[in-house]
Amino acid sequence: MSTTMTQVGAIARRSVVRTSRQPASIIPPLIFPIALMLVNAGGLRSSTELPGFPTDSFLAFALAVPFIQGALFSTMNAGTDIARDVQTGFVNRLSLTALRDWPLLTGQLAGIVVLGVVQVLFYIVVGLVAGVRFESGPAGIAVLLFYGALVALSFGALGAWLAYRTGSGETIQALFPVLFVFLFISSMNTPRNLIGVDWFRIAATLNPVSYMIECVRSLIITGWDWQALALGFGFVIILGLVSLRLASGALRSRMART
Amino acid sequence: MANEKAQNGIEVRGLVREYKKGPRAVDGIDIVVEPGEIYGFLGPNGAGKSTTVHVLTTLLPPTAGTALVGGYDVVKDGPKIRGLIGVALQEAALDPLLTARDHLRLQSTLQSVPKAEREPRADELIHRVGLVDAADRKVSGYSGGMKRRLDLALALVHSPRILFLDEPTTGLDPQSRTDIWNEVALMRREAGVTVFLTTQYLEEADVLADRVGIIDQGKIVAEGTPAELKAEIGRPSIHAIPRTEDDRPKIAAFLAQFGEPLASTRDVAVRLNDGLGLTDIVRAVDANGVDIADLELHAPTLDDVFLAKTGRTLEGAAEEAETAGQEKRSR
Repeated sequence: MSTTMTQVGAIARRSVVRTSRQPASIIPPLIFPIALMLVNAGGLRSSTELPGFPTDSFLAFALAVPFIQGALFSTMNAGTDIARDVQTGFVNRLSLTALRDWPLLTGQLAGIVVLGVVQVLFYIVVGLVAGVRFESGPAGIAVLLFYGALVALSFGALGAWLAYRTGSGETIQALFPVLFVFLFISSMNTPRNLIGVDWFRIAATLNPVSYMIECVRSLIITGWDWQALALGFGFVIILGLVSLRLASGALRSRMART
Repeated sequence: MANEKAQNGIEVRGLVREYKKGPRAVDGIDIVVEPGEIYGFLGPNGAGKSTTVHVLTTLLPPTAGTALVGGYDVVKDGPKIRGLIGVALQEAALDPLLTARDHLRLQSTLQSVPKAEREPRADELIHRVGLVDAADRKVSGYSGGMKRRLDLALALVHSPRILFLDEPTTGLDPQSRTDIWNEVALMRREAGVTVFLTTQYLEEADVLADRVGIIDQGKIVAEGTPAELKAEIGRPSIHAIPRTEDDRPKIAAFLAQFGEPLASTRDVAVRLNDGLGLTDIVRAVDANGVDIADLELHAPTLDDVFLAKTGRTLEGAAEEAETAGQEKRSR
């Protein structure tokens, strides 16, 4: 294995190990989105009786939301961890080794992706146990895992950018409610075409998070909806590319050395 | 010999480092550290010690001047320098969730230590810094001394030829401090490592360093072996502790005839004139019936050197720096 790949692996391993030793970083991203989904599924079950609602099971409809909500939790945790590395001088320690900036970022994001895939796997298992039928079948589940990795990478890069830019865990945590606003002003609880309030429908239509949720949802309740998949993958890839560009620039400044 | 010096020494000429909107943290210093030497860089908080270390370890570019570390230029050859130095910065930047062994594994991988050597090297260093029982415990449960020792082990993981230690014992208890001193001395003795050590402790510089550079407000105010520096001051000082505060002026006036008065809040002190000793003073005190609670003779210390060169004690300079820092923060 090349030196660079060994370094990427070492950083990713550290990221996974330190997260696995913080129950508070693992349990909330797993439990809270599921708990919120169950509460919503209980209260909004009658929504399925609306004409045009795409499924009889609100649980199947709502299962897409934890995928994105869990990624938001991961963004905050990953960003806070990186900001702590900046604050404690750990980044200086890394700067004094032969490590270059991009293997560091890649390693950190690889750790976030591993944890993101574990989360998605957990949500899928919960869905299966609760009786949700995945219309796209095993291949769709594989695509869901891949999409989960991509979402974790994109949101993780966003968190990494903010962490390297500000070096402040507090800033990352302050951002969390803002990201949640994007989640709530989306099609998380109602299909866009059934949202009755005009401004909300417009906001949900303009909100990229709606398309990410609809991408996941289509694989669960529809099967292979290529338009939903293209939009979902498209927005996540754009977010990922922009975030990665910003994160690598911020890291380069943070690791400035001669 | 010239080759060895190029490989293991440090040579700094006219080094300047300015921060934006700030004063010159380092103001034109010259330093030469010989291979295998322990160089003590002594000064109060804010004197410019850590900034110098950051420049020499390639974390900060200099504003002006040149610095060669192991024969490489800090501006042009950053990666080469980072490969041959070990660094323990002022803050022991450790991950509280990792164990000592995790840290050593990570550091040795990032420093490109061959895979087969990583575990034996980690075991060796854990043993060497006395962390055998704690090696697999998370760092969050470590004492300050244990963290410092792990920090030192991490700096040594790739067997560096030059070691930078930035205030390695600040805040440690005396036992932990002595452990670090022993380890640093051992490294130099056994591996011939060149050590650049910053400290604000006079005793540390005195015990450990072959040569000492004293820095104040970004400038080197004195340099030499501890013995040379103390010899520069030459004469001992006499310190009289008054029985009451009211006695202080009378005692000061009495002692002034024996030497040059020194600033001190705790006692009344004078640097003795040539040829005078403790017995001369005791005789004079008895003969004149001067009432003194205690009388002490002090051989010159590095603090005396600092006082002589800057007009302030090292402790007083540290307090000034602290006050200046607080004022700056409150603005």
